[in-house]
Amino acid sequence: PELTPLLSSPRICMKCKESPAALVIRLKDPFCRSCFREYFVHKFRAVLGKNRVIFPGEKVLLALSGGPASSAMLRQVQEGLRRETAKKLRFIPGIIFVDEGAVCGQSAEQREQSLAAMEAIAQATGFPFHVAHLEQAFELPSSILRRGARGSAAGPGYKAAVQGFIQQQQRQEAAGGDGAACPARPRGPDTAPGSRLPDAALTQQLLRFFEAAETLTAKEEMLQMLRTHLIVHTARTQGYSKVMMGDCCTRVAVKLFTNLALGRGAFLAMDTGFLDTRHGDVAVVRPMRDYMAKEIAFYNHFFGVPTITTPALRPKRREKPSIHHVTEKFLVELQVDFPSTISTVYRTGEKLSPAPAEGTSESELCLLCLCALDTLTGEWALHRGCTRVT
Amino acid sequence: NSVPCSFRFRGGAELLFDGVKKHQVTLPCQPEPWDIRKLLKWIKQNLLKERQELFMEGESVRPGILVLINDADWELMGELDYKLQDQDNVLFISTLHGG
Repeated sequence: PELTPLLSSPRICMKCKESPAALVIRLKDPFCRSCFREYFVHKFRAVLGKNRVIFPGEKVLLALSGGPASSAMLRQVQEGLRRETAKKLRFIPGIIFVDEGAVCGQSAEQREQSLAAMEAIAQATGFPFHVAHLEQAFELPSSILRRGARGSAAGPGYKAAVQGFIQQQQRQEAAGGDGAACPARPRGPDTAPGSRLPDAALTQQLLRFFEAAETLTAKEEMLQMLRTHLIVHTARTQGYSKVMMGDCCTRVAVKLFTNLALGRGAFLAMDTGFLDTRHGDVAVVRPMRDYMAKEIAFYNHFFGVPTITTPALRPKRREKPSIHHVTEKFLVELQVDFPSTISTVYRTGEKLSPAPAEGTSESELCLLCLCALDTLTGEWALHRGCTRVT
Repeated sequence: NSVPCSFRFRGGAELLFDGVKKHQVTLPCQPEPWDIRKLLKWIKQNLLKERQELFMEGESVRPGILVLINDADWELMGELDYKLQDQDNVLFISTLHGG
């Protein structure tokens, strides 16, 4: 290994050229705290502004795992909604936390602790807080396996919607009402089942279900699928038309490679892109996908974003690691010597079209992932729908 | 030449150290000054309870683990060559499988 020079990067912020740099991001760009904060906040606004899929007044469900990326995402939403902000965000947020503690090796007590911590974090925001336990996947209706009908008749375009919303607000303020844009609702878990855990028998059933998946890779995929189903179901039943997920750039790059290995090459854009429309009536967006894990970690540290640490799926003794784990290791290690690895993977992913996943009106959809069955590609098709497997 | 300093672990890294997030230590006297390279070696020998490969790789930290010295990116301070000062604070944040 080559010698590290004593000062590998210049120490003054490259943006303001005045303050001392606090961190290095991108390819060797030193930023001070203040300029970094601006950069971070701007990126969030820019990704929502560029994509323009979240309409004013729309109900958006924030999927909060307690981890760094989704926690940073929550903070961006909070800051963006504040009245003082010049270009404030204009949607109505709610939070959902999925308790996966049972399959991740947490005891009942640890699960309660995580839930209590998440509840405290959510209450501090004033947003409605919803909880789903992974065990509740057994109670999902079969409609979760079908694409929902898209929202009613074509609404106004984005610009018209914003204008209408602003006018309505001005009328309300003139009439002396409080800004109804994003009221801080007093929160208790009245929309959530509360922090009581599901029945032990249901938990056992869940554990047996996961045991049936023979590899850690399969378990990981199952977990992600059930988590998504629970989130989408909550969104549907609670009137949210959008879900925000906290997948960051590093995670998106890992997912891209992992999904290639899993035979999901045709659906990379849907699985990793900004907008995921497979569920029809509820659209999933990934506003954090342009943030590197390092940027998020530093932001959370500098600006006091609360997070919790929950265990991930663990390999049993002598069990092989999952494809997800191996991919993460590969990309993160390559990144050390080639610092544009992850951003290159991400940028390549950006060029993919979501069309193959949407399919045509004639194509059937996979029951589990709701993407089009790619049955036209003959012997090369690795992705087979449930209906075709005996 | 002993150096009192503290270090903290976050993002899951604390799980490798009995879940203890904050450690206050006085590094023992040594002829040569303490640097991060030596600190890591000391941590490996004295604090790392299990699965060393989850925290370290070679003489450095495992890729995916960030190092902050007094709240600044260690990349700005010389990484492994940074010479520890009295009361320095080192923070290790794991960014692996999180979010």
